[in-house]
Amino acid sequence: MTSKRIVLHFPHRLVDQPLVYKLVKDFDLSFNILKASVTPQEEGLMVLELSGSEENFDKGVMYLQSCGVKIQPLSQDVVRNEAKCTDCGVCVPICPTLALAIDPATRKVSFDDAKCIACELCVKICPTRAMEVHF
Amino acid sequence: MRSIKEINEKIKKGQVVVATAEEIIDLVAKKGVAKASREVDVVTTGTFGPMCSSGAYFNIGHSKPRIKVGGGSCKLNDIPAYCGLAATDIFLGATALPDDDPRNKVFPGEFKYGGGHVIQELVSGKDIRLEATGYATDCYPRKKLETLINIRDLNEAVLLNIRNCYQNYNVAVNLSDKMLYTYMGALKPRLGNANYCSAGQLSPLLKDPHYRTIGIGTRIFLGGASGYIIWHGTQHNPAVKRKDNGTPEAPAGTLAVIGDLKEMNPRWLMGSSMLGYGVSLSVGIGVPIPLLDEEVCASAAVRDEEIYARIVDYSAAYPQMAPESLGEVNYAQLKSGKIIVNGSEVPTGALSSYAKAKEISQELKSRIQKGEFFLSEPQAPLPGAESGYTCRPLKERPFFSP
Repeated sequence: MTSKRIVLHFPHRLVDQPLVYKLVKDFDLSFNILKASVTPQEEGLMVLELSGSEENFDKGVMYLQSCGVKIQPLSQDVVRNEAKCTDCGVCVPICPTLALAIDPATRKVSFDDAKCIACELCVKICPTRAMEVHF
Repeated sequence: MRSIKEINEKIKKGQVVVATAEEIIDLVAKKGVAKASREVDVVTTGTFGPMCSSGAYFNIGHSKPRIKVGGGSCKLNDIPAYCGLAATDIFLGATALPDDDPRNKVFPGEFKYGGGHVIQELVSGKDIRLEATGYATDCYPRKKLETLINIRDLNEAVLLNIRNCYQNYNVAVNLSDKMLYTYMGALKPRLGNANYCSAGQLSPLLKDPHYRTIGIGTRIFLGGASGYIIWHGTQHNPAVKRKDNGTPEAPAGTLAVIGDLKEMNPRWLMGSSMLGYGVSLSVGIGVPIPLLDEEVCASAAVRDEEIYARIVDYSAAYPQMAPESLGEVNYAQLKSGKIIVNGSEVPTGALSSYAKAKEISQELKSRIQKGEFFLSEPQAPLPGAESGYTCRPLKERPFFSP
């Protein structure tokens, strides 16, 4: 079993295709939509947590890519800009998944992108806007 | 035990012994106050957090022909600066916003750019757009000026903060059912989080609670350069209730500080945006405490566990100026990540960066050890707890136009 958070970018010609349905039907994958912005005539964006057997996951991803969907892991899209972060920690209690934490010894903020669900609550909360989303 | 003059002699000879406000805690625990105070000459403190009453003044130099910006208008990157001064002197406040910023019209406002950000960009060496108007006089005929300016070309660029370095602060919580956006950060409903803003055991005024060594004329680390304490800060309120160790239970003393912006570093001066509240400037300050005697050393060795802050509800008590507190917690509890308020566990967040405060205390220590930073004698004390000096609320008096 594997479970990964991925970001899908659909070209506008694919917006009316039932791509996620195919992932379930043909590849036996289960999904959890964390974020979706799909509007006619525009590029679609979807953040998915996709789970299934390793083999099916890879096949599913290959299928999406063959349709023209650009895929990248979520961790590349939500970034903590270390030059801007002051390690204050005001983001820590705001993060619903504990992806943001403060090290008890160094008092420095850490960001675990594997736990991030891209809710973006931290983005505007951060006084120096150190949390960046690059969808 | 030792004087500031003697400490400076030791700095000159490279013999000074400096401990950070963290290190002195361990030292006193290990060796006792008497021994630690004999061994250590200076304790360095630090704090880094949003300090709204910060600003900077500039002399932009005279244009040809001359313009009298004084009494006219002036904007730096669209941020209005105060120009009710002489012809080419202007003052920029950290919280100033562009005239066309939507503020909180679309709530919560984002406050992406303001005075604090201009100060950060100036310090970074970036060119800034200056747009000024004057009303024209015989000696200052010009009416309009539009030019790029750079900090290196300004005659003076001086950071002047009239309230920094609060001696302790509230812990902010939200008892209401809706999200709050405050200067203490976003507060989730029904005690969703508790935000605090002090470096605790590293914070300058908490380590010299009765202002025995910190006074007017004290040389400090300010924004990466050397600066000075020039007065007590606005809202200085030394008479609040204190613990036996001298630390106040509520926000108490404050400092007014000054320093040469041209020598500062954007690492220690960062424009900050508080969602739904406004713009501020995060400032890094470090104050050296000369260990004049055992009492000063004992105060400097106070630990997070011994410094208490009041929990205040920002949905009602704070905005309505109702003084009640929901209890008190110490900084060790706050730093553990959760506290108990009204019987429930509440996660904590900080606005003041302890990591940066620590870095400042270490940087100041190293500058003193290298002989780059000498201590100065305070020329006058800050008003203390027994002075009768207090911060009073505004007493409104209605007036009627004749």
